[in-house]
Amino acid sequence: MTVVWVVAYTLLSGGAALSMVRVWRGPSLLDRVVATETLLAIIAGGIAVYAGLARDPAVVPVLLVVALLGFLGAVSVARYVGGMLIKSGTDDGRAAGLPPAAEQTVEGR
Amino acid sequence: MSPDALVGRGTRQLPVIAWLVLIWVLLWGSFSWANVLSGLVAAVVVTVAFPLPGVTEHARFRPLAVLSFLGFFLRDLAVSSVQVAWAAARPGPPVRSAVIVVELRTDSDLLLTLIAETLSLVPGSMVLDIDRMHRTMLVHVLPVTDEADVERQRADVLVVEERVVRAFGSSREIAALDGPDGPPAEAAADDAGRNR
Amino acid sequence: MVREILDVVAIGFLLLGSVMALAAGVGLVRFPDVISRLHAGTKPQVAGVLLIMVGGAIRLAGTPVVWMLLLGGLLQMLTVPVSAHMISRIAYRRRHVREDLLVVHEAGFAGLADLQDDPPGDQPADAPRDQGDSG
Repeated sequence: MTVVWVVAYTLLSGGAALSMVRVWRGPSLLDRVVATETLLAIIAGGIAVYAGLARDPAVVPVLLVVALLGFLGAVSVARYVGGMLIKSGTDDGRAAGLPPAAEQTVEGR
Repeated sequence: MSPDALVGRGTRQLPVIAWLVLIWVLLWGSFSWANVLSGLVAAVVVTVAFPLPGVTEHARFRPLAVLSFLGFFLRDLAVSSVQVAWAAARPGPPVRSAVIVVELRTDSDLLLTLIAETLSLVPGSMVLDIDRMHRTMLVHVLPVTDEADVERQRADVLVVEERVVRAFGSSREIAALDGPDGPPAEAAADDAGRNR
Repeated sequence: MVREILDVVAIGFLLLGSVMALAAGVGLVRFPDVISRLHAGTKPQVAGVLLIMVGGAIRLAGTPVVWMLLLGGLLQMLTVPVSAHMISRIAYRRRHVREDLLVVHEAGFAGLADLQDDPPGDQPADAPRDQGDSG
């Protein structure tokens, strides 16, 4: 049983650590949003693994809250960035001072 | 609002109310009449305070087709997860992807929503943009290596559409799957509009 | 006996789900652009959470929280595509795509033409600049 605990939490914390690497390195806001959402889902998964392995039902409501927080956060930031795009007049946000994100030149206009 | 309209709106909201009560009971974690009744009150308050437009007029619920859709969905979810996981973990150069335009045959808000939701989870696709007027979707697919892969992914997207429509669509939508239902002139106009 | 078998199955689900969570993390780090990373953040991640929820539900069978666990899995399946689509749409408009890694690119960055006029109602009164964004 101890082996299962160690293996499960090694895998989960590996995933969480890699997500945090992406939060740290960015480079863009959207990268960080995606990584944060995944991180929260992995945390929810970790809580569920604890609830399952320890047969402890008390933490399950926490898990639901964490899972929904990830969604709400991602949607809020997406709307925030999307609002800036609309405000900028062009489609890519450059008029509002946002640099184009890809390294390549612009195609299709 | 006349009583008739009120009743009509009430029946349209019934599935939503049932769904909200179900979630409420699940959140409480146990079934009791007190839970169901308080959930009913909460659901009615929510549907009256935040009414949604009715979107179900083109939709039906076909239990057998829904079961087969769910089965294929779970299988595809497993397959595409493993695919993406392998694309992430395999050594070598960064994974390649493609952005494709897919023309759908469905003309219903609810069905398009379901299709887009499903496409985000299976099969290796991600919806970037939807042109509601021309029923086209801009889809990002991953992983692809060559043109044949792209065509296979495009066919997969259409298969997902077909499964969703067969599970939740009205008979008119299902009939639309089987043949092109617009005159060619319209398609040409669509193309001209898109390349503006 | 049945209980032992169920335990083994449940632990299998939990471990498999953890592997998927790790895969999502690897994908987040190794994929080249935002939209590819979204793929990693949706498919393996949702599959992982679902597996873990089912495994946990089997272990906790008989307690009321089983339904809460399954509801958590269901909500993941419903919410993750929504947020992923919102992010991917904006990411595409903002050219967060490595074009050199695209095999086929069938539309311009403006997206499908008719969507250039965005629906009203999204405008924030005063949005500060997105300073973390350097591409």
